[in-house]
Amino acid sequence: MHLRFVLRRLAMLAVSLLVASFVIFSAIFLAPGNPIAALSGGRSLPPESLRTLEVRYHLDQPFLVQYWYWLSNAVHGNLGLSITLRENVSDLIASRISTTAGLVLYASILIIVLGVSLGILSGFRPGLLDTSTLVVTAVSASLPAFVAAIVLILVFAVQLQWFPSLGNGIGFLDQVRHLTLPAFALAVSSLAIVARVTRSAIREEARREHVQTAISRGIPTAQLIRRHVLRNAAIPITTISGITVASLIAVAAVVEVVFGLAGLGAYLVQSAQSKDLAVVQGISLLLVTAFVLVNVLVDVLYAVLDPRVSLGSRAQ
Amino acid sequence: MSVAAGLAAGAVRRYRAGRRFRTSPAIVVSGSVIVAATVVAVAGPLLAPYNPDLPQLSQYFFGPSPEHLLGFDASGRDVMSRLLYGARTSMLGPLAVTLMCMTLGSLLAVTAAWRGGALDAVISSGLDILFAFPGILLAVLAAAVFGAGLVAPVLALSVAYTPYVARVLRGAALRERAQLYVAALEVQGASGVAICLRHLIPNLLHLIVAQATTLFGYAMVDLAAISFLGLGVQPPNADWGVMVSENQQGIIQGFPLPALAAGICIVVVVVAFNILGERLYERGEARQ
Amino acid sequence: MNAEIGGALLELDGVTVRLPVEGSMRAVLQEVSFVIRPGEAIGLVGESGSGKSMTARAIDRLLPPGAAVNGRIRFGGRDVMTLAGADLKRFRSEVAMIFQDPRAHINPVRRIGDYMTEALRTNAGVPVSEASSRAVALLKSVGIDDGERRLRQYPHELSGGLLQRVMIATALLTKPRLLLADEPTTALDVTTQAEVLAILDDLRTDLHLAMLFITHNLEVAAAICDRTVVMYAGQIVEVRSSSRLHTDPLHPYTAALAAARPNIEATTPRLLAIPGRPLSAFEAPAGECAFAPRCPHALDVCRQARPALIALDGGLSRCVRAEELRGRLEVALHG
Ligand SMILES: Nc1ncnc2c1ncn2[C@@H]1O[C@H](COP(=O)(O)OP(=O)(O)OP(=O)(O)O)[C@@H](O)[C@H]1O
Ligand SMILES: [Mg+2]
Repeated sequence: MHLRFVLRRLAMLAVSLLVASFVIFSAIFLAPGNPIAALSGGRSLPPESLRTLEVRYHLDQPFLVQYWYWLSNAVHGNLGLSITLRENVSDLIASRISTTAGLVLYASILIIVLGVSLGILSGFRPGLLDTSTLVVTAVSASLPAFVAAIVLILVFAVQLQWFPSLGNGIGFLDQVRHLTLPAFALAVSSLAIVARVTRSAIREEARREHVQTAISRGIPTAQLIRRHVLRNAAIPITTISGITVASLIAVAAVVEVVFGLAGLGAYLVQSAQSKDLAVVQGISLLLVTAFVLVNVLVDVLYAVLDPRVSLGSRAQ
Repeated sequence: MSVAAGLAAGAVRRYRAGRRFRTSPAIVVSGSVIVAATVVAVAGPLLAPYNPDLPQLSQYFFGPSPEHLLGFDASGRDVMSRLLYGARTSMLGPLAVTLMCMTLGSLLAVTAAWRGGALDAVISSGLDILFAFPGILLAVLAAAVFGAGLVAPVLALSVAYTPYVARVLRGAALRERAQLYVAALEVQGASGVAICLRHLIPNLLHLIVAQATTLFGYAMVDLAAISFLGLGVQPPNADWGVMVSENQQGIIQGFPLPALAAGICIVVVVVAFNILGERLYERGEARQ
Repeated sequence: MNAEIGGALLELDGVTVRLPVEGSMRAVLQEVSFVIRPGEAIGLVGESGSGKSMTARAIDRLLPPGAAVNGRIRFGGRDVMTLAGADLKRFRSEVAMIFQDPRAHINPVRRIGDYMTEALRTNAGVPVSEASSRAVALLKSVGIDDGERRLRQYPHELSGGLLQRVMIATALLTKPRLLLADEPTTALDVTTQAEVLAILDDLRTDLHLAMLFITHNLEVAAAICDRTVVMYAGQIVEVRSSSRLHTDPLHPYTAALAAARPNIEATTPRLLAIPGRPLSAFEAPAGECAFAPRCPHALDVCRQARPALIALDGGLSRCVRAEELRGRLEVALHG
């Protein structure tokens, strides 16, 4: 049952990626002007560069053949050349991926650890903490990452001077220090959402009839909470955590730009501004793949946690 | 925050305590904020005391005064006037996304639920595939291909959000379709289109409105982010996202007000839409 | 009644329960008193909202948070309300509850085996393997033969009838002395209902188990219970031996309940509904008989004071006209 679910989900994943890659590839043909103009971002290139592009993209071949060449190159890690930097896109990505991965990972840990704990605390303890959590999370759930970023910079970098506001840092600890404000800026709205969903999931599960059954059978409170309330609440909590973590992959770009981090997202934005399509394509493909993979992981986790799960359905 | 998690939180929101809907202060306040923002979006240019685009470099980041309540921005323009002008693009973008997305989403959802079978399978898997694109990423891609501006990101976000809307609506439409009255109408020979338009969609309306309200808030966040990144509304046009980016240097230089003011405008409007959306959703649930 | 206390397993004495509703406390049970002796089956009948479930929940200490309880509940001579720690644990293993909707009352994400044996493993320290084999044996006694397989399944893989049998078997696993069965068959289809009832009745007699059996259905109560308690608006209106209840009711409400059931053999062409709407305890008018507004026999005397329970022919009735109406109740309703 679970194996079938996973296989089916993997098939869906393959199709999704194929379609996504096709859309990303087609971008250069959708752009105004011819593909060469799109790839060069409207710059006039020396003839030998034009030749290189034509050969690399097999522009003399039919469309689908071109796509095939592009895709198989991409799968082999060859994402073409950046026009502006005259460099290999894969190399450029490789040098920046750790910053983005670190940022997303840091923010994910914040979301899951802080968001879930906050939700559990306020779920089990109605009162002042719960009320203030509700109010604060209602606002912070709607906080755009770049607004959170400037507020954090203002308070913690400019006024308190606890954390740097710019750059990547050198060495592990310094890098973590440099990533701290960005990670909080990235995490804050998702953290609020996860906390709210956790809180209501716990309230809801604690009220379930089967919890009454367990009480009537004399199951001790600690075990009741662990085996019947938290265990069941873990299903919606995992789902919402997974969805929010997946969404970080794209939003990271905004935070990287604010904090001047040399990550993939900032690079994507910069390339989009300068119309360096090869880079935009390469990074988009990578980010979409990561996003889809995280979503598949969430679905699989969901199926593991909930024996009632039917194929391809999430907590609807 | 992306719409993905926002709408998903809506879907998971059934885990919330089913509070009764009352005209609470929260609804009055968020409703007033939305009305006020709409009025400013329409009449902002009439309300603005100064020309929003007139730079006076000598007034660079000059602080508030009785004549210039929020002071001047990085180019020496009146911040208040720019905020009032900026409301229009800041609200228009999300409105367009919401309208397109809800239209497309409802049509797909109702068609899939009504026809069922192969068509439903095709629509559903098409939507599943669309899930692969995070909204912001598709918007950046669109801006890179078609050029920066409001149009490409708005179209991209509409497409990217449609599956989230359609998935929830399809579920609701399926439940509605299973109701006895639908079967009764079919037996009486009413046409599918008529039943959908006259009964199905009206009965889903509370959900559609609640979703549209929430969606508006998240579209606003994402579009502001796109403009902040320089891929949406282009300077010198006034837009709240653009204003945060233009005045970001002020945060470090000790003049946080212009960037903060724009950021606060975004947050206040988005919070209002989210709270109202949540309450509408709860009311819909309570009515069922 | 006091004379019976010596042999009572469970004794309710003037139990009043109030629940917080929108800021104020509302009574849902008023002065409920009855006893259950070891091995005795008591039926509890009444319309929806009359307080049947609340009675069972009060006994099992499962009232909603904020509930206020007056009066006394004693089990095996001990005050249930003040039990704590090991005593409470023992009480819970001696009193088992079966709920109306097994699908909602069994944790959907845990296997049947886990559900059945959790209390044994946790509270009695019985090893998993032994608990499982006891569970399989009990499953057999409720008519489920492939117990080993069932233990590995999840609740959603079982039908409602099977699940209710699982719940019954589970309730019996800790060898209780009292079973609280809250409409255990209402959620099941008619044939399954009969089967489950038969199983419950057999097991109860075999194990000499006392039972509080809650139902809407007077006939079912009469079939498997020794005595029946009839509730209306949070109060007991009649207590009677089940065999007499049917033929010789002492309260107009009981008679109305009996007449309202669909009866295939009766010549009455349609189902007789009781006029008016059932009331909750807090809705009932204070200074008169709670049933008076709906009662076809109500006179001025019924509206002057709330009647007390009066002893009559070995039963109890909360009707001031009980004696005078005796023998005329059913006739009056059908006529
Ligand atoms: N959690 C609660 N808070 C407040 N009042 C409640 C609560 N649960 C039930 N009640 C009220 O208590 C009264 C008695 O309810 P109870 O569940 O005991 O009825 P019942 O006789 O079991 O009915 P049914 O046949 O429908 O199960 C009803 O009026 C009901 O509205
Ligand atoms: Mg009940």
